[in-house]
Amino acid sequence: MKPSAFEYFRPTSIDEALGLLERYDFEAKVVAGGQSLVPLMNFRLAAPAYLVDTNGISDLSYIRRTDGVIALGAMARQSEIEDSPVVAESCPLLHEATKLIGHRTVRNRGTIGGSIAHADPSAEYPTVLLALDGEVVVRGPAGKRVIPARELFLTICTTTIAPNELLTEIRLPVLPAGTGSAFVELNRRHGDWAIVGAAAVLTVGRDGACSDARIAVAGVGGTPIRCSEAEDILEGRGLDETLFEAAAERAAAAVDPVDDLHATADYKRAMVKVFVGRALTLASERCRRMPDV
Amino acid sequence: MSREIRVTVNGIDHVRHVQPRKLLTDFLREDLELTGTHVGCEHGVCGACTILLNGQTARSCLMFAVQADGADIVTIEGLGENGNLTALQEAFWANHGLQCGFCTPGMLMCAGELLRRNAEPSDHEIREAISGVLCRCTGYHHIIEAVRDAARGQVGESKTSVPGAAPQ
Repeated sequence: MKPSAFEYFRPTSIDEALGLLERYDFEAKVVAGGQSLVPLMNFRLAAPAYLVDTNGISDLSYIRRTDGVIALGAMARQSEIEDSPVVAESCPLLHEATKLIGHRTVRNRGTIGGSIAHADPSAEYPTVLLALDGEVVVRGPAGKRVIPARELFLTICTTTIAPNELLTEIRLPVLPAGTGSAFVELNRRHGDWAIVGAAAVLTVGRDGACSDARIAVAGVGGTPIRCSEAEDILEGRGLDETLFEAAAERAAAAVDPVDDLHATADYKRAMVKVFVGRALTLASERCRRMPDV
Repeated sequence: MSREIRVTVNGIDHVRHVQPRKLLTDFLREDLELTGTHVGCEHGVCGACTILLNGQTARSCLMFAVQADGADIVTIEGLGENGNLTALQEAFWANHGLQCGFCTPGMLMCAGELLRRNAEPSDHEIREAISGVLCRCTGYHHIIEAVRDAARGQVGESKTSVPGAAPQ
């Protein structure tokens, strides 16, 4: 199908974009990479009267590491993130998740800001942001504000970013040595949406006990979900497969997925257990391989 | 309200007026009459409309033509020169890497991008690179063989002049 008519703007600065969002409010939509919004517009599931294209804003594409944080401009392309040595070294979870997004052609256009602001509950980046307790920076008429991941996602494709605000930066913590992470997902074909996705991050101290565990799952609720009870099972303990199974079981018990075209709720819950288990095993193997610093 | 855009397509500069809602794929096919770029699903699933946008593959059904203002675009028509096939195209031909040809523009764009990024891809990497393009004829095996041969430079007899192609 073809999209309905709209008026198009290509601002060259954040301030210019904010002016347009302020003027057109709910009738405006921001397009970044367009890999989610344009299909919705082609189906006329979205029909914004005004399209504000942020591809003309040149200073939003950076990827930089400072003071234990990786900061990514909202317009950093997924293919740039995939190829970034800084990301591969400092945030392997983001690197691994990126390779699961669609296909290279999609990643050439798709951006981290667009993916997070779109807030598809089965998408990789919102899950990574939540698993790492990252935060996003938004700019609006009142200036800049920082939103922690746990306060960002409301429900399906809905965030706490106001219509007159623009997501400008994503910040992810660089995790300490002894940390391993993994992002795994279940889909019917490579590049499809995840039926179930799971991110795990484990930090093991010198004493061999788990000092920090983070688990987040995708595709089984209106937003990505942190599995705090499952994390509690792991923290302070020596990690082994029995413990992983218990944590995975707890994660599966805590989610409440719904039936859809691809899978029943029961199947998804069963797969949460399988994929959280796999993510934990992989993450733990990876933290053991890290140098003892 | 239509807007003026300037694009370079296959090395030729164009200045046209387009409605903002016009998809890049329709602009290429209807306004520039470059119908080698195919339109399948129109929502970023089939990959048939894949082009090169500033040197990188992009799905032209997921962009509006107004967004391509200032861009350098290559379509399937721009791959070979003077009616000659590229080595990758020859490999597709030699390996029967196409039947109906509908997916072929997208396959060539994605496989070409892979070979520019990775001169010696594994079969797994080839499969991953073309996984965003759907083919309903070949079962993919001949396409994978074609990309593998092109990577190895094993394209067989050189076919510099192609029957049916534009004269040199």
